[in-house]
Amino acid sequence: MTGTINLAGTLADGAQQATGVANLAWLLLVLPAAGAAVLLIGGRRTDKWGHLLGSATVIGAFVYGLVLFFDTTALGADDRTRDLHLFDWISVNSLSVDLGLRLDPLSLTFVLLITGVGSLIHIYSIGYMSDDRDRRRFFAYLNLFVSAMLLLVLGNSFVTLYFGWEGVGLASYLLIGWYQGKDFAATAAKKAFLMNRVGDVGLALAIFLMFKHMGSTSYDVVFAEIGNQSTGVVVAIGILLLLGACGKSGQFPLQAWLPDAMAGPTPVSALIHAATMVTAGVYLIARSSPLYSLAQAEDARFVVMIIGAITLLIGCVIGCAYDDFKKVLAYSTVSQIGYMILAVGLGPAGYALGILHLLTHGFFKAGLFLGAGSVMHGMNDEGDIRRLGGLAKKMPITFITWTLGYLALIGFPFLSGYFSKDAIISAAFSAGGGRGWVFGGIALFGAGLTAFYMTRLLILVFLGKPRWEKLKSEDGRAYHPHESGPTMTIPMIILSIGSVAAGAILSGMLPGWLEPSVGELAEVHGPLSHTAVSILTVGISAIGAAIAFAVFGRREQPVTRPQRVSWPVRAARADLYGNHLNEALFARPGVWLTRFLVFVDNRGVDGVVNGIAAGLGGSSGRLRRLQTGFVRSYALSMLGGSILVIAALLMVRFA
Amino acid sequence: MSLMSSVLLLAQEQPAPPKVEAPPVSAIWPILIVLGAACLSVLFEALLPKHLRWPAQVTLALLTIAAAGVKLVTYVSDAPAAGETAMFGTLAVDRPALFLWGTLLALSLGAVLLIADRSVEPGGAFVASAAIRPGTIQDRAQVASTGMQTEVFPLTLFALGGMMVFCAANDLLTMFVALEVLSLPLYLMCGLARRRRLLSQEAAVKYFLLGAFASAFFLYGVALLYGYAGSVRLADIAEAAAGSDRSDTLLFAGMGLLVVGLLFKAAVGPFHTWTPDVYQGAPTPVTAFMAACTKVAAFGGILRVLQVALESTQWEWRGVLWGVAIVSMVIGAVLGLTQTDVKRMIAYSSVAHAGFLLIGSIALTEKGLSGTLFYLLTYGFTTIATFGVISLVRDSSGEATHLSQWAGLAKRSPLLAGVFTFLLLALAGIPLTSGFVGKFVVFEAALADGMAPLVVVALIASAVAAFFYLRVIVLMYFSEPAADGPTVTVPGAFTTAAITLGVIVTLLLGVAPAFALDWASSGVFAIR
Repeated sequence: MTGTINLAGTLADGAQQATGVANLAWLLLVLPAAGAAVLLIGGRRTDKWGHLLGSATVIGAFVYGLVLFFDTTALGADDRTRDLHLFDWISVNSLSVDLGLRLDPLSLTFVLLITGVGSLIHIYSIGYMSDDRDRRRFFAYLNLFVSAMLLLVLGNSFVTLYFGWEGVGLASYLLIGWYQGKDFAATAAKKAFLMNRVGDVGLALAIFLMFKHMGSTSYDVVFAEIGNQSTGVVVAIGILLLLGACGKSGQFPLQAWLPDAMAGPTPVSALIHAATMVTAGVYLIARSSPLYSLAQAEDARFVVMIIGAITLLIGCVIGCAYDDFKKVLAYSTVSQIGYMILAVGLGPAGYALGILHLLTHGFFKAGLFLGAGSVMHGMNDEGDIRRLGGLAKKMPITFITWTLGYLALIGFPFLSGYFSKDAIISAAFSAGGGRGWVFGGIALFGAGLTAFYMTRLLILVFLGKPRWEKLKSEDGRAYHPHESGPTMTIPMIILSIGSVAAGAILSGMLPGWLEPSVGELAEVHGPLSHTAVSILTVGISAIGAAIAFAVFGRREQPVTRPQRVSWPVRAARADLYGNHLNEALFARPGVWLTRFLVFVDNRGVDGVVNGIAAGLGGSSGRLRRLQTGFVRSYALSMLGGSILVIAALLMVRFA
Repeated sequence: MSLMSSVLLLAQEQPAPPKVEAPPVSAIWPILIVLGAACLSVLFEALLPKHLRWPAQVTLALLTIAAAGVKLVTYVSDAPAAGETAMFGTLAVDRPALFLWGTLLALSLGAVLLIADRSVEPGGAFVASAAIRPGTIQDRAQVASTGMQTEVFPLTLFALGGMMVFCAANDLLTMFVALEVLSLPLYLMCGLARRRRLLSQEAAVKYFLLGAFASAFFLYGVALLYGYAGSVRLADIAEAAAGSDRSDTLLFAGMGLLVVGLLFKAAVGPFHTWTPDVYQGAPTPVTAFMAACTKVAAFGGILRVLQVALESTQWEWRGVLWGVAIVSMVIGAVLGLTQTDVKRMIAYSSVAHAGFLLIGSIALTEKGLSGTLFYLLTYGFTTIATFGVISLVRDSSGEATHLSQWAGLAKRSPLLAGVFTFLLLALAGIPLTSGFVGKFVVFEAALADGMAPLVVVALIASAVAAFFYLRVIVLMYFSEPAADGPTVTVPGAFTTAAITLGVIVTLLLGVAPAFALDWASSGVFAIR
């Protein structure tokens, strides 16, 4: 392994030049991309072995990622940030954009998460999608996604990140709309794409601001220069980046697309909409840690914390009310990402904690989704938890792995979530003063709600009476629940092991490992000691779970959803009016503008222009007699426009 | 090298433009070749027997473009950096003009390939005899015949020649003559469709009437500016505007009228009203030619007028053009949403793109110039390929342009749907396509020149516009195909070549745009 000896020396701006085995880092991008290309271009010819090739390329990327990881750990802490220059993409006058890769602890962590979880989900999909005629195309899209996601985390500039950002959006969009026959799938896909565009505009604006003020978007230059910028610029960039993060990570106010995205196949929900893509927002903010850590960025960081706190509450509350297995998990994802965003908003005290929770969450949430997929696979794709129940005996492996994931998520002592979530809650309490109490209180309350809705899910799906026995699925078949095959259970088992152990292993090592990327984990001491917070959290979670048992475990649950409910439940069922808010903010003004312009374009031109033209001595009347048909109104609109242009010019000049 | 330095020396020793000496021909060979070939092409039409005309015309058109391209390349390799004037100072051959010529020649190559195709529609997209009244028995007979009006080739070459003169014109009168030379053939070409002839003829008449209207604006503007500056030369107008105590009313009224005439040709809103009807009605290959090449020529003219003649008054007109750019982007992006015809949709998309291009044009910096030139190149190729694809989706009555007919197309023809998706993504400006780079350089230039609010509007407009491209993708992939939907014609060699060219350039300029950006930024308007 030659990479351990760094002969190239440091680059001008801090990052080392990649050498040895790291020189091949482009393989990470090319392997899955090549898989996608072969599968898409090869067409039906590759049907027989397409899924194997798709999985092999991702596993190959994972193996290389491991090699790279050990290569990097062998280096000293100061040498672990390395750059690999790929090529000059744009270089003209003063504008120069290089495409390059940044290999540092942060990006390598993500590489291992993406390719590791990605490999498991590829294997799972072989079984899950075995009945689908287009399984090959599905694997092509998955590969495309993995490649784009790796580009997102590996790029060494914000522009490269933007490439991957758009790429994962596109792949996610194609996969959400996978079940083409269903209307809601196409609608959900469109919704995801559009809400992401809102976020993308924010990210694009942030990038342009960087160009304007710092002349570059490479991490090296931006982070070196950001300290010299005015407070306004720093806050603006910080908030615009956050807007981008909100779009991609389903944060308030752009959270509504994520639950709808569950219309896609379950492996997609697990890979893209739980473990990897939706955490891109957290990555973006952690990556921009030199910016958010500045004193000038105090306000931007505060906004980040507010968004995180609001989202984690919204996600929990709505999660309590839904009856769709995957949608509850989706809102749970929204709320857990809220925790991560809250953590990275805390600044140096939280970056590493946010990433830690992201990793543990990647394990247990992917496992929970795969478990949900396994249940639905055995139950004629039934996702309504009121029609399930008592499945623990029929699907023992699914039940056990799912329960382990459940325990990890609610923060059962010494499982993954205990280490990552409690640390965030504790850090939130330490934010200082009243702020700390508010954020800490919200995070603590969220933990109780999380335990409540997850326990409800556990009871309604796996415990209690088998309510499905007397029912038939929509297509008229009786339910015959059965355990899934090994390609599906083995990934679930591996992920459940991760859910149990990842927290304990990572919580000690991760902060030190990430130090070169996000800085040292600041020790903070709040009003409550860490032990006190842990005890509180476990206690509140236990209360939440107990209430759920009391409410759902004792009585028999109706198969249809009760309609006469109190207003908080109604509000939660309506996504806390998130859709209404989005509609009022984005959709309705657009619709009005469209209607107005169509009206003006079709019929109103005459009216609008006549008004102006009539005032100019009835010239419009003469023109109208000269021409007939539509040309008349077109010419009038041109005339009106010209008059406006000339009048404006003269006004600017002589006003 | 020695030749180049001596030319440079010559240029330095003679600061005043040559008044009476013989025109340096080497610089304008491409124009001479194109216009000469256009005349030859008319002779072909008159003298050759009918069955020989099509092959002769196609060969001539392709050879002409190739020869002009070769001449251009050989000239560029040792062109004076400071540019030179030709034809007694009426043409300014500088770097931007050369880049625009190259762009026009390359794009017209694609357009001519589409025009020449006779496999998609048996006998070609053009009517056999344009004079027959639509709907009559003779007309129905000629739909089935395999002849075509080969006058379209000389018309294309004349229009191309006019466009090349237009973006190199050094004075407003030359510019006006070039405007007419490029416009008149286009009006005719719009009316030559074999199918849906009423629609096509209506489009031609509309385009002609509105074009004449716009020309009047342009000419009136020229007259007022002449009254103000006492000259039609761009440099003289600039000089007069920079320091004179004459009445500014003439200057600004003239400037406004002139700019309106130019904006009309470029299909910038609110002077876009002809665009949807004409794009929809014209034969698709002609629409491709118009959408790509006219846009290049018109923005070439706008860039030159703004940067050479009107630079000193920029603080007065800038705000107004800001407004025009915003109106154009909003109209294009929002009205595109409600279109149900794919050609009309692309027309509104072109209105939005015109707004983006205008942003680059009013950034009076080197970056703004090179960014706009590059954007024109990328947009042109993507558009030609887009219309090439549109011409392939057909049902029994010709092209199936209604969006509902495109439903589920991906199931019937995955390759075509894939190519079209890629082109739409390029129009939407998704990374790794040329559309992204084009927008990126233009917006960056605008931002560097202090137009941040305009860039915000542009980004929002492009996000909105992304939606209607997306709608087509959704239709193609996620909808059930209609029972009696259109078929996808297997394209002949010409159309395949045109689409392939467009797609490859779109991809190449998205992945490795550096070389083209270098060309676009190799020099500024040097003749002043």
